[in-house]
Amino acid sequence: MNLEEILYNSYSSWMDPSGPDSDVVLSSRVRLARNLEDVAFPSRMGDEGAQRVLRMVERAVEDLERDPQLGPVGMFRLDQLGNLDRQVLVEKHLISPNHAQQPRGRAVILRQDESLCIMVNEEDHLRIQSLTPGMQLDEAWRTAQAADDVLEGRLNYAFCQRRGYLTTCPTNVGTGLRGSVMVHLPGLTMVGQARQVFSALGKLGLAVRGLYGEGSEAHGNIFQISNQTSLGPSEEEILRNLKAVSAQVIAHERNARRALLSQTRLQLEDRVWRAYGILSHARVISSEEAIRLWSDVRLGVDLGIITDGISTEALNELLVATRPGFIQKVVGRELEPAGRDAERAALIRHRLRR
Amino acid sequence: MLCQECGKRPATVHLTQIINGQKRELHLCEQCARARGELGIIGEPFTIPTLLSSIITDGGHTFPGAGQAAGLKCDRCGLTYAEFARTGMLGCRHCYQAFEDQLESVLRRLHGTTVHGGKVPSRTGEEARLKREINRLQEELAQVVIREEYEKAAQIRDRIRDLEKKLR
Repeated sequence: MNLEEILYNSYSSWMDPSGPDSDVVLSSRVRLARNLEDVAFPSRMGDEGAQRVLRMVERAVEDLERDPQLGPVGMFRLDQLGNLDRQVLVEKHLISPNHAQQPRGRAVILRQDESLCIMVNEEDHLRIQSLTPGMQLDEAWRTAQAADDVLEGRLNYAFCQRRGYLTTCPTNVGTGLRGSVMVHLPGLTMVGQARQVFSALGKLGLAVRGLYGEGSEAHGNIFQISNQTSLGPSEEEILRNLKAVSAQVIAHERNARRALLSQTRLQLEDRVWRAYGILSHARVISSEEAIRLWSDVRLGVDLGIITDGISTEALNELLVATRPGFIQKVVGRELEPAGRDAERAALIRHRLRR
Repeated sequence: MLCQECGKRPATVHLTQIINGQKRELHLCEQCARARGELGIIGEPFTIPTLLSSIITDGGHTFPGAGQAAGLKCDRCGLTYAEFARTGMLGCRHCYQAFEDQLESVLRRLHGTTVHGGKVPSRTGEEARLKREINRLQEELAQVVIREEYEKAAQIRDRIRDLEKKLR
């Protein structure tokens, strides 16, 4: 298990474009919140409690390590990583911004292909997450559940029959499960229906957020759809509901794309090629502009407007490769925004070269 | 669109009010909206804890019993109910017992239900599994009794007894 390899590589296994419905769905994620029985929750456990959790989890991780399906994994204490390294982990969606900002007493457990990732001492003692390419919530659930079982083999969880898995925030209690589907919705945004679809989702108990989770904006027309309630129905039922609703969103997005193609083909082609032109030739580009243009180019590839030379895989990789932390990691030093914008433009030009 | 109040600044706050069945739309700039007191929430970050806290305290209107609840305290971690209502975060697993009555209504508002129906820990969850199976059998028993299938009812009753023995 090599952390540097993860930090220097913008590719993660969830970027594989062969996942189901990958024209709309970038990735699926399942997260399980768990706490240990004998220690107060992170908000009140103090430094000593945090160290106890780390020690107990370290022992349990040895079992993960030995598991033929789940291992090998590595556990890293966040206060032993540099700022930039933690930022890259956020940009790769492996840890939350909050986890990176308060590294003391916290850790992350990672599998080399990044499909399994466990935050230790974030809002809950354990946040077990599994990430899969395309629409594969069941697969993500299987992995997260398997890791959960291995850890529970050694750790006593805070669980009660009536309320289920006990969590810091009552919004997560019960299953502790949050399933989320990361979708690219340029079609719905262009035809002006995105807001309508999202308000319908809200009524069905699902939430829509931007690319980087709670409170973040939807850059690049990328949204996360996830369940809001975790108590009552079983994990399978929660995920079935999320899948059914996501399937509707996917269908609406494809309809919108078809309508745009048939009614405004020339304008759409123009928009896609202009975006490609700027991305592949710019000398200075901000991350906001890059992701906005990325959305147009990705749509162009998905609709067959751009047919040669750009792989979906390479485009997905740009989602991480154009982020400020990753660029500075690759360059090997901290850069002012202006310097980053120039490095970013160079990196994109290089990667989009046909 | 310009603010309906001052007519100078652009309207960035759009409000729909329904008063006695009459719908009224207001388009205001932030300053005027603030001056009119239409902006209860602007300025405060729109975060999960603030949202949650408004659910816990019922949007500022205290729900029955909240007055006494504010003084409640978890004797293990020391968290008071008032602190929980402010942050939306519980301190330890014992808080779930210490604030059980209050959480019952919080959970109902958040999840629409209050009882877990999902996974049970595989190693330590035997008791929970047994209890859940007993509950299921008791419901089944009630059904077969209604249908007057007494032979089946006897079988189910025996199964329940066996499981209850295991629980002890």
